[in-house]
This record gives sequence, C-alpha cells and structure tokens, in this order.
Amino acid sequence: MYKWLKYLTHGIIYFLFACQSLIVLLPIYVMVSASFKSNLEMIKNPMGFPSEPFVEGYIKAFKSGEYLLFFRNSLIVAFLTIALVLFFTTMAAYAIGRYRFKGSGALYFFFLAGLIIPLRLGTLNLFELVRSLKIYDNLLSLILIYSAKSVPLAMYILVPFVQQIPTELIDAARVDGCFTWGLYSKIVIPLIRPAMATVALLTFLSTWNDFYYPLIFLSSSTLYTLPLGVAKLFGQYSQDLNTAFSVLTVAIIPTTIIYLLLSRNFIEGLMKGAVKG
Amino acid sequence: MVQFDKKSLPWHLFPYILPALILFAVFAGLPVLLSMRISLYEWPGIGTKTYVGLGNFHKLFFEEPWRTRFWGAFLNTSCIYFYFTLFQNVPALILAYLLSRGLRGSKIFRAIFFLPATMSVVMVGFIARLLFNPIMGPFNKLMEVIGLEFLSKPWLGLPETVLPTIAFVGSWQYIGIPMVLFLAGFLAIPEELVEASRIDGANELQTFWYVVLPQLAPIIGLVMVLTFAGNFTEFETVYSMAGPRAGPNYAADVFGTYFYRTSFGGGESIAKAQVGLGAAISMAIFVIVSIGILLWQWYNRRVDKWLGR
Repeated sequence: MYKWLKYLTHGIIYFLFACQSLIVLLPIYVMVSASFKSNLEMIKNPMGFPSEPFVEGYIKAFKSGEYLLFFRNSLIVAFLTIALVLFFTTMAAYAIGRYRFKGSGALYFFFLAGLIIPLRLGTLNLFELVRSLKIYDNLLSLILIYSAKSVPLAMYILVPFVQQIPTELIDAARVDGCFTWGLYSKIVIPLIRPAMATVALLTFLSTWNDFYYPLIFLSSSTLYTLPLGVAKLFGQYSQDLNTAFSVLTVAIIPTTIIYLLLSRNFIEGLMKGAVKG
Repeated sequence: MVQFDKKSLPWHLFPYILPALILFAVFAGLPVLLSMRISLYEWPGIGTKTYVGLGNFHKLFFEEPWRTRFWGAFLNTSCIYFYFTLFQNVPALILAYLLSRGLRGSKIFRAIFFLPATMSVVMVGFIARLLFNPIMGPFNKLMEVIGLEFLSKPWLGLPETVLPTIAFVGSWQYIGIPMVLFLAGFLAIPEELVEASRIDGANELQTFWYVVLPQLAPIIGLVMVLTFAGNFTEFETVYSMAGPRAGPNYAADVFGTYFYRTSFGGGESIAKAQVGLGAAISMAIFVIVSIGILLWQWYNRRVDKWLGR
C-alpha cells in the first residue's frame, strides 16, 4: 500500500543526499582541477576539466625544499604525540577502569572535563610555562601540549573499553601469577587494541591539522608544521591561484587517504560514546 | 572492577595514573584554571611583569578602543553561534535523521558528508579564500555563467557578508561532527516507540516531531554546548579567511581573533603585545563559556525529568 508514497520519500531523500554531496565535493573538485590549470585557463574555464595537465604549480611548491621540511616536522610531532598519548592514557585508563578507589571518580571527571571546557583558554599560561621551560620555538612544546590536549578524548574512549573486559579473564590471569604490570601489558593492552586505534587516529588528525599552537609556540620557519607552512606559502602565492591550489591539494591528500581507508572505523568509533554522552 | 578500601590509597596504581595526570594537569588543566593570575599583570610577553590589579579589566570594559572591540567581538561571536546553529546544526539534524533510515548507500553518503571535518581548518579557509577571490575566483565566475550575477560579489570583502560567509564555510567543514552525534542518537531510539506511534495513526512528520525528536533532546543539548564552547574560542576559521584584523573594519572580529591580536600583537592601533590584557579577555570568555555549561547542565536535568529517567 502507498507504494508510490514510499518511492517518493526515497526519491526526495536521495535528492537531498545528492545535493549535500555536491556541496561537499564541488569545492574539492575545483581545488584539485584548478591545481592542474594555468592561471589563464582558470579564468576562461573555472569549472571544467583541465584541458591538459599543467604541473608548474606543483614544481614551484616543491622547488625550495621547504615544503618537504614542513611534512617532516608534522610527521615527527604527530608520531611522538601518538606514542606518548597511547602509552600514558592506556596505563591511566587501566587503573581507573579496573580499580575503584578513593578519588577515582573525581579523577575521571577531571580528565573528562577537558572535553567540554575549551583548553585553549589556558594559552597564555602555557606560553609562560613554555618560555620558562626554554622550549619555546621547539617541537617538544607542541608534542607536550598536543599530548596533554588529547588525554580527555583518549580516556573517554579507553576507560569504558577497559571496564568491559570480563572480570573472569583477569581473575584467571591473576591465578596464573600475573600481577599489575603483567595484567596491563599481557591482558589489557591486547584486548583494547581497537580502541587504541581509534585514539591514535583521532590524535593524528587533530595534531596534523592544528594551526593554532604552532602559530603561537614556533617562530623559526624551519620548524613549521604543515598547516603553518602552508599558510606561509599561501602568503607568497595568494595571487598565483594555480600554485596556491597545488600547495593545498598536496597538503590535504595524506589525511584524506587515511580517512578514506579507515572511514568506517573512524565514524563508528565516534558514534559509540555519543549515546551515553 | 576491584573495590579498594575507601580510606587507603592504592599506592601501587600511582605509577599508572601519574604520567597521564601530570601531563594533563601541567599542560592543559592547570593553565586553564590559573589563567586568572596573568590578567592581573601588565606583561609584553618577555621580560618583567608589573602588577596592575584589575587595571586590565578596567581597560577592557571602560577604555577605548578596547571597550568597543570587546562588545564588537561579543556581538560577532554571538552572531557566528547563531549562524553555525542555522547552517550546521539544523541541517546536520535533518541529514542524520535521513541517514538513520538506513537506505541503500547511506554509509557512503555518511562518509562523504564527514570528509571535510578531517581537513585542516586553515586549509579549508584558504581554499574558500581562493574560491571567493573577487577577481579570479571560480565561485563568482560560476555564478555569472549560470546567470545568477547578483550572487557574484566579494563575499569575504564586504562587512555585511563576511561573517555569514565564514560561518557557512565553517559549517561546510564541520557538519559531519554533529551529524554523527545525532545519527548515534537516532539509531539508539527503540524501534517499538516509532512503531507504536505509527499504529496510533501518526504520520511521518508527527512521528518525527512528537516521538523521535524528544528522545534526541540530550544530544541536541550536547551539540549546542559543544558548538557554543567551540565558537567562543574559535580562531582559525576567521583568521584564515579574514586575517588577524578580521575583515573590513573588524566586521568579523570574534573573541578568538581579538584575544590573539591583543596577546601577541599585530593589528591593533597600539600594535604591541599585551599579554595581561589578553588574559583578561580569556577570563571573560571563560566566564561566558562557564555560564553556557551551567545552562546546559540545568537543561540536562530538565530533560531527564521530562523523559522520566
């Protein structure tokens, strides 16, 4: 019954989906296609496919070697941050998720408060701290700040995961002579690997994409991470659209590839906690 | 879960907790809690601090040009929150509802809609600047080609369009995040509830409005408070599209850009860094965000009572 109504509803839904997809993908298409068009062609043919691939912009972007340096800096920061975050938060999540003691609830709340309260409000105290530790204009300052900033989300994802581990499993291990460190490294870590992957991915994205902290805590351009470096190149090429689009295309490719490969885990990892909220 | 005696502390767990706790406290938590202190000093960023009491707050609220800039930023930040709600949260709610019906291909669409959220904010801002470039930008060219000449204008250059344009680009990028949260909420609604209302003769719209939407009230609250806290500390979106002075005649100046300019110099008529004054601005933001969070908690209690939980 009312079959036509059902088809009509589905038609409208698909139409809306198609519209939103167009809104999302069109600017990305324009960026990539424009990076292969000379500036003259871009004026004559702003939307169409490039008539022949024009790679001058890419050559200009990479010529100075500066661009590769920005990639390298971003990689160093992202990987050290992920390592630090995973090591520290899995240990803390194990202690808080597995044991209940005086103040454990307050501790968990303290970590989670960082999800709602914008940690950026502490920028100036951080600035003072970083200066007094003599790590201003040093990638280490970024690594420490990003790791700290990633703790709340990591705890939010990891603690419920630890709590879900069946008690019998841990009791059995205990009989076998496993004590705290053994429990953590031999039982807990292997069981929470999927959650660790989600944490690693989210930490990677927020670290790789951040512009705010490098802007404040770095001054020499040899240390610039990718977004800040792109801003520098963009300043040079803002009237040379082809080169600017080439720089942006290259900068966006790594995260897009990672996202496309892992999008399902990624979105489902985010959705998991939302309902308990 | 292992229960410990409430009175004794489990010393052997300390090595597990302390690294994360110290890292988080020193580089994230305490800087926020202690931000009051710097606002009581005058400090150009290096060298000595001079204690000025509440002098920075007096400047901020009673002296020009800081007073005008402060209320300008307050107004613009409030506007941008309104625009984000309109351009981002409402469409996200609708898209999430449509996705939750699980039509074939929904997961692919879901992945497409989320894609821009994985990009860097400043890079998206730069792309927007190129697309909206008044001379060579593809957007205006496209509008001329399809005969919508009135839509061809310097979107980021006019005081009346710069703020909504920035909010639109920001919403384009971030729509995926509230969408995913809403989607999780829709998928958690028990099937029987929807079935029951259908059997009672409610149509599609009535079911959505009276049955489905109320169940989503907690997540709507969460999205609204996250957008609020995000917008009141938003910086990169505006900075990348309108620069540190935030557009023609400060038309897009939000708290984030005002704070940045003041604390680190660059742009104000007195172009030196005034870290103490910046800290006073961040204190003001802190108070506003705290009020938002308190309102959210009040709302949550109301919702819990209302949904009978």
